[in-house]
Amino acid sequence: MELLRFATAGSVDDGKSTLIGRLLFDSKAIFEDQMEAVEQASLRRGEVTNLALLVDGLRAEREQGITIDVAYRYFATPARSFVIADTPGHVQYTRNMVTGASTADLALILIDARKGIVEQSRRHAFLASLLRVPHLVVCVNKMDLVGYDQDVFNAIVEEFRAFAIRLEVSDLSFVPVSALVGDNVVHRSAAMPWYEGSSLLHHLETVHIASDRNLIDVRFPVQYVIRPHRAEHHDYRGYAGQVAGGVLKAGDEVVVLPSGWPSTVAAIETFDGPVAEAFAPMSVTVRLADDLDVGRGDLICRPHNRPHVGQDIEAMVCWMADGALKVGGRYAVHHTTRTARAVVKDLIYRLDVNTLHRDESATDLGLNEIGRVRLRTTVPLFYDEYRRNRTMGSFILVDEATHATVAAGMMLDPSHGG
Amino acid sequence: MTDTRTKPPPPGAYQLTQLRALESEAVHIFREVAATFEHPVLLFSGGKDSVVMLHVARKAFWPAPLPFAVMHIDTGHNFPEVIEFRDRTVEELGVRLVVASVQASIDAGRVAERPGVSRNRLQTTTLLDAIAEHRFDAVFGGARRDEEKARAKERVFSFRDEFGQWDPKNQRPELWSLYNGRHQPGEHIRVFPLSNWTELDIWRYVAGEEIDLPPLYYAHRRQVVRRDNMLMSLCEWIQPAEGEEVLEALVRYRTVGDATCTAAVESAATTADAVIVEVAATRITERGATRADDRFSEAAMEDRKKEGYF
Ligand SMILES: Nc1nc2c(ncn2[C@@H]2O[C@H](COP(=O)(O)OP(=O)(O)OP(=O)(O)O)[C@@H](O)[C@H]2O)c(=O)[nH]1
Ligand SMILES: [Mg+2]
Repeated sequence: MELLRFATAGSVDDGKSTLIGRLLFDSKAIFEDQMEAVEQASLRRGEVTNLALLVDGLRAEREQGITIDVAYRYFATPARSFVIADTPGHVQYTRNMVTGASTADLALILIDARKGIVEQSRRHAFLASLLRVPHLVVCVNKMDLVGYDQDVFNAIVEEFRAFAIRLEVSDLSFVPVSALVGDNVVHRSAAMPWYEGSSLLHHLETVHIASDRNLIDVRFPVQYVIRPHRAEHHDYRGYAGQVAGGVLKAGDEVVVLPSGWPSTVAAIETFDGPVAEAFAPMSVTVRLADDLDVGRGDLICRPHNRPHVGQDIEAMVCWMADGALKVGGRYAVHHTTRTARAVVKDLIYRLDVNTLHRDESATDLGLNEIGRVRLRTTVPLFYDEYRRNRTMGSFILVDEATHATVAAGMMLDPSHGG
Repeated sequence: MTDTRTKPPPPGAYQLTQLRALESEAVHIFREVAATFEHPVLLFSGGKDSVVMLHVARKAFWPAPLPFAVMHIDTGHNFPEVIEFRDRTVEELGVRLVVASVQASIDAGRVAERPGVSRNRLQTTTLLDAIAEHRFDAVFGGARRDEEKARAKERVFSFRDEFGQWDPKNQRPELWSLYNGRHQPGEHIRVFPLSNWTELDIWRYVAGEEIDLPPLYYAHRRQVVRRDNMLMSLCEWIQPAEGEEVLEALVRYRTVGDATCTAAVESAATTADAVIVEVAATRITERGATRADDRFSEAAMEDRKKEGYF
């Protein structure tokens, strides 16, 4: 069965968690004891049954009535199975939204019909496009509070389209909903006869999810070397890893980076036996015909289709720490299975998420800000542009003193220039 | 020059089944830990999640043996068939088993047992003491996000401070499949390779891989009492209270933990395939149906986890 991963997004209190609760409840994906617990928790708070509590599971979230961190939920209908990441809208927790959206195929952007598009709606829409979430569904929520007025919906659609034109969004749709009442969530609503589209669930079940996996460029980052040291496997040496791109076949001519030594794939092995070919996201063990010095952080690819190799990296970064990113700052960088140190050579611009204006005079990136940077790494990285391959083009920066994850990076093609 | 294989394959080609994708993700996580930590350990209770976890771990390193030990936090209140299963499994796989005993923690005065209260919460001290004693820096747990609302919030690599505490309000961002396992000496990382599996995935995998589980996961006859609307099995620690009627029921276990706080469910399912049918139709979560310990407070699991529980 086809799997769709989606994440919610949008400003605080726009109704994301309520929408997910409603979606699960109306599609009968809630267990009786979960529902009972939510009813009791709502009662204790003197509220009517609050469906957001189905996902807002932390004590602090319930006390404050907001989402703090991503909740993952799993459910299936006869048509599809879904992994939901319900993310927080509060600006302070933007990094948790980024966590949830980084693996999503689709983002649901909620907008409160009364408030319209606010800065955080734009920031999240922009982040979704930066992370290359291929589908955006804008849910104009709380339609019950604007008398289900078509004009309110249309005005928001128009304004959002104007903004989205400047984002890279391949598929954009709009649904007027009330998460609280359930209009157009699982069932089409009688309150909005003017809306001719499908319910949100129907859309999620039928949206065509073109796979964003790269099946062309063979990329195998070596993760771990398997050496059994046992009599029956005395000379065994296997390179374990997860295929990051392309289709690797037994018998393929390959090269190993950084050495550039050529070899041939002698076998692709798994516990369940050898396989003729491997593709993302398969975890396999590759054996080469030649005895080479290969270790974690090396990359196996085809001789005539190699990734970029370089120490000068240009990337879009989303900054996720309280202390600002500054030119000259030094961090650890984790990229595929390779770890290096990096220094920020240049902040090329900082982006204003409201206007998408590029501020080239910026000297730092504060918490939750997005910008384009140039890094210099201690060793070469083997990478592809993020838009070509999410795995090969993404990295995180880690503060070497606090060990906090401070930035998410999406790599750019060096030939595109600054 | 370009690669000769530049044509994209037809749509639908090169798709993994959902179970293979989950397995592959878990294998990746195991290898990541083995490559970047000094002293990992895998928590093994003989429960279905830990059995599946161990099975996937073996696959990750084959044909080499597991590069880490397994550890059982033993409350002393065990189902005998689970202990027998545990010992047979580690023997067959040739892995090293560390047993950390709650009874020993009680005897040493590290924790105090309260009459009538299960030893579930006491396990935390035993677990954290064992982690410190053996200097484990990565601890694999079989927890799944679909189990419980606090677990639904937890990262795959979950940072624990020097007191073993989880801070749910301040978790590290975790993007794509890039994990950050950095920590200071004395701190550690809990790693959950089965985060994205559901109860149904576990059973489908058990059926597909023909994984052996302790017999109490399948329907059998047993003497039970109905207590707090749950079926508790009679044993050394559970005796019928006044007015409680002893029933002979056909039951199985959906989860296996401490015998004093894990309940059975009525079932006629004697095979994994039959269990799948039941699990697909059930209207109650596995913890809701079987765990006495999680019923007393809205945030019981979160509070235990903050202290360092599994
Ligand atoms: N009237 C009305 N109220 C709604 C609707 N959807 C959500 N709400 C209310 O809006 C408030 C916020 O809802 P949440 O679902 O917690 O909002 P959220 O977007 O998840 O908030 P964060 O996660 O903190 O960003 C709650 O009081 C909801 O009951 C709706 O469709 N109509
Ligand atoms: Mg929310």
